[in-house]
Amino acid sequence: MREVAVVGVGHAKFGRRTDTTLGELAWEAVKEALEDARLDQRDIQYFVVGNAGGWSAESLPAVVVGEYCGLSPKGTMRVEAACATGSAALYNAYLAVASGMADIAMAIGVEKMYESPTPTVVEFIGRAGNYFWEFENFGLTFPGYYALYMTAYMNRFGATEEDFCKVAVKNHHYGSINPKAQFYGTKITIDQCLKSRYVAWPIKLYDASPITDGAAAAILVSEDLARKITDTPVWIRSVGVATGTANLSKRPDFIGLDAAYQAAEQAFKRIGIEHKDTWKYFDVADVHDCFTIAEVMAYEDLGFVERGMGIQLIRNGQTYKGGLIPVNLDGGLKAKGHPIGATGTSMAVEMTKQLRQSVEPRDRQADIYTGWALSHNVGGTGHYAYITIYSLDKDGSPKVKPRR
Amino acid sequence: MVMSLEARYEEFWRQSIKQLNEVVKATGLPIAPDEKGQYSLWYDVREMRLRFSISVERIKRFFEGLREGKVYTTRCKRCGRYYFPPQADCPYCKASDMDWVEVSGEGELLTYTIINTKPLTYSHYPDYVVAIARMREGFNVLAWLRVDDSRKVRVGMKVKLQVVKREPEGYLTYEFIPAEQ
Repeated sequence: MREVAVVGVGHAKFGRRTDTTLGELAWEAVKEALEDARLDQRDIQYFVVGNAGGWSAESLPAVVVGEYCGLSPKGTMRVEAACATGSAALYNAYLAVASGMADIAMAIGVEKMYESPTPTVVEFIGRAGNYFWEFENFGLTFPGYYALYMTAYMNRFGATEEDFCKVAVKNHHYGSINPKAQFYGTKITIDQCLKSRYVAWPIKLYDASPITDGAAAAILVSEDLARKITDTPVWIRSVGVATGTANLSKRPDFIGLDAAYQAAEQAFKRIGIEHKDTWKYFDVADVHDCFTIAEVMAYEDLGFVERGMGIQLIRNGQTYKGGLIPVNLDGGLKAKGHPIGATGTSMAVEMTKQLRQSVEPRDRQADIYTGWALSHNVGGTGHYAYITIYSLDKDGSPKVKPRR
Repeated sequence: MVMSLEARYEEFWRQSIKQLNEVVKATGLPIAPDEKGQYSLWYDVREMRLRFSISVERIKRFFEGLREGKVYTTRCKRCGRYYFPPQADCPYCKASDMDWVEVSGEGELLTYTIINTKPLTYSHYPDYVVAIARMREGFNVLAWLRVDDSRKVRVGMKVKLQVVKREPEGYLTYEFIPAEQ
């Protein structure tokens, strides 16, 4: 296996992008990534397209994107891992470079959810559990699946709806200053969140990420090329991948996502750290906050803190910039938006920029001490999980950051 | 009078097709502004309806059970593992030697939610409670919980699983009811 670095990233404006086709939207991200790496399409030997689809018209999105972006005739495939599709694309490009099959590969995540009416999108997402035993007979919706976790978590640890609204307020705070975010310019208050209508009790509209169109891209290269292309390669040091059950009812409890825990366990093992108090190794993280409960469970599944203590992190503001572990300084899925296939690649873009210390405005740039970051991307409701660890160091384990 | 699901569904699509036809007639193209009136969209003139057919041949005993008013599960004869939803194969034993066992029906609520924003195909039902209960046998079941007042639902409450007819469709399925009533 060869070491792999991210040397170029691009990000389209997230939101209701009814002004673009799938190809045009992908191109926004691809063009920016090529310019960032100062590479040309002919340098890209292989590209992979993450697109969940169903709600959008193109059945063969990878080739449509390849043609529009001038990447053809290079080889490609479309990958799907539900809401972790973008991380699956990154992983696939990583494998291509790490294995030596390609020296330069591009991961593109793109999703156009507004090509279908909202009821159709709700229907599609609701079917994303186990279709027959959960949707056909019991009509679960996506907020409904996570609501089952939120009810159990609140009951077990005494968390309140207000606690969860604090996640929404934090992520909107950062999303409001991220020009690429769907809710750029929109801050919210606890009160607004608490008064928003229930979509699946106890989950309210403001606990939920929106329907989003978007695209993001990352260029991955082998170690011998990395330093020729950039002075600040960001190394993908570890990827942990795991699955949960399709049927929610087959899970033992509803206070954490086992797939995310297992993926984290693998990812940490590879860089030689324990799955405990992990907040101290990372300068910044992006976690999968499709709903506010998901962000709190992520803190615990990732071992930032122990089970049941995640809610304390948000209560005490420890996941803001300057806290124990800053989380979702891009606004997260909640405020940046959640274009299913693009979310994971968007996280890779953000972690790369954070480690390069090139985030604008500076108010959402984390302080970089250890030079390590991680992204946590969950597909479905813990059906798939991808934990990706990024570092400015090509070798070694992360140091512990200074206590503040 | 509540419109049946089918009528609502038809109405939803009929409206958009009607609008599309009017636009084509007036402009010669199926192009109109998006919902927010911001950008031009080409409204697809081709429709695809999706309705799947799902194989139940190997677990049809389950559905025969519903007709008898019973909820069945499968249990591997070799390792004793229960499978709910029922499975025809035990992947751990690599065997297909299963017993059909009637579920005790006694369970304790692990968690629940109330679906307020419903999928279009569920839009004709009042808000419903979806719950997961741990059954006496040790496996979990996910189903609707029938209660008059959802504020009375509590994690840990005892529930019973029963076979019911899902109306207005009139097909057999299963749901929970509170055990003490």
